[in-house]
Amino acid sequence: MTLAPNTSSLVSNGVTARVEEGQAGRSVLKVIATPFRAVPRSLSITLGFMVWIAVIGGWFALTYSGAVKEMFLPRPESVLSTTISMALDGSLWEHVFASVQVVLIGFVLSSIVAVPLGLTMGTYRIVQAVLEPLVNFIRYLPVTSFVPLFILWIGIGIEQRVAVIVFGVFFQQLVMIADSARSVQRDLVNAAYTLGTKRGDTVFHIVFPATLPSVLDVLRVTMGWAWTYLVVAELVAARSGLGYISLKAMRGFQVDVIFMAIAMIGILGLCTDQLFRGIRRLVAPWAN
Amino acid sequence: MDALNLTTKPKSSDIGIDNVVLRYGKGDNAVLALDGISFHVVPNEFCVIVGPSGCGKSSLLYLVAGLEERTGGMIVVGGKPVTEPGPDRGMVFQAYTLFPWLTVAQNVEYGPKRKGIAPAERRAIVEHFLHEVGLAKFANHYPSQLSGGMKQRVAIARALANDPDVLLMDEPFGALDSQTRHSMQKLLLRIWDHSKKTVLFVTHDIDEAILLADRVLVMSGRPGQIKKEIRVGLPRPRSMDLVMEPNFIAMKREILELLKNDEDDEH
Repeated sequence: MTLAPNTSSLVSNGVTARVEEGQAGRSVLKVIATPFRAVPRSLSITLGFMVWIAVIGGWFALTYSGAVKEMFLPRPESVLSTTISMALDGSLWEHVFASVQVVLIGFVLSSIVAVPLGLTMGTYRIVQAVLEPLVNFIRYLPVTSFVPLFILWIGIGIEQRVAVIVFGVFFQQLVMIADSARSVQRDLVNAAYTLGTKRGDTVFHIVFPATLPSVLDVLRVTMGWAWTYLVVAELVAARSGLGYISLKAMRGFQVDVIFMAIAMIGILGLCTDQLFRGIRRLVAPWAN
Repeated sequence: MDALNLTTKPKSSDIGIDNVVLRYGKGDNAVLALDGISFHVVPNEFCVIVGPSGCGKSSLLYLVAGLEERTGGMIVVGGKPVTEPGPDRGMVFQAYTLFPWLTVAQNVEYGPKRKGIAPAERRAIVEHFLHEVGLAKFANHYPSQLSGGMKQRVAIARALANDPDVLLMDEPFGALDSQTRHSMQKLLLRIWDHSKKTVLFVTHDIDEAILLADRVLVMSGRPGQIKKEIRVGLPRPRSMDLVMEPNFIAMKREILELLKNDEDDEH
């Protein structure tokens, strides 16, 4: 009979102990060392901000201490003043516009073919059988090695830069979109059949909406690659654009202009990235 | 009002399965999954197939749906031989198969929309069937916002909204916890009582089989064959309390024995 109260007190002790441990477990150190555990938002924002401060601070330190010659690493404020003066005289916008134009044309041309073709390739084994061996070969060819060929074939106009971007992006998009189409749950398609979906409508009615979020992710990621290939194309043959002014600046030892061009590409990339995230939230609210 | 007409005069067909054989693979690696299955389900009947996992009971359902191709034999639904999937055979799957990009209401509306039914009538159908499964309040939710039991209720509503001749159900409550499963069984019996569709239901849960069925078909393990046919004959409407009745227990014992023998055969 005396066992009963003992047991219950043991149990309640156990519970209290666990509660205390639970509160102790909230200590910041334990939280941040726990895999996949969310950290407070204020902490993550602060840390992200501090990394930027550290990088820019390091930049100031390197240039003001004289550790690196200004010819190789410009002072932060001279990059800023160059940016402002080029923005004011309009030359910056001219080059930004030239680059954005090429990226957009190349990216859109590639995407409007890659999305439907990729979905078809992922859905129909016969299309996959026809395209995959060739696509997988071309996909591993370095885009840069085709630049001389493109110049020979299409000259040094905007078409050449667009071609480099299309060539760099299209085959990657195709393979990644086909992969996401292939991973559509088979019973989802079966359910659609039993509800009266015709075989020929499967891509449009089922595969396309089911893969829409991952297709938008593919577009977002490949947009970043498009910017990389743009600079490659502009470094070789262009008379305007951010890659072109970098090359020109290198010849004139204007490191601040190179820095500005790099920063501009980064900012534009960030903008398109956010744009695609926005589109995804808007057209696929169910996937968030 | 048209929607109500559909449900007061529902379509209901028979299912004829004659000497159906299903073989996977070729040559020495060939696996005989179903070996000469024959039975007949009459209109409005609730027929349950129970069997050990891997006995091919789900495959049989996929064959009736036309989602898989049989190696031999004949399947006829409502007088028409099955050659491919079609909206006359509605199906509820074990996996959650709601279209995640459509709301609950749009999911239920999907079949009627494919059929070209006018929007006003579609709305009436959706309203009716969401009400039937008790999810009218969730019409504008996305499937990702629903629990497992709710998803399967929508899946049932979606299949019925299409007014199929027969309803095929492949372990639809297999992934649910036992409490949810019981309420789903009750709900299904109530809906079936209203719609009187021919139902072919596959499960490995013996209680579920007896509770729901007019007739239970017990299948043996690979190669799948119909081992025995049991007419349940318990009065309807049925309640969960039936599981304690002597004749329920007797039937359960009989099915358990049949499945056990099967296990012994394999060893």
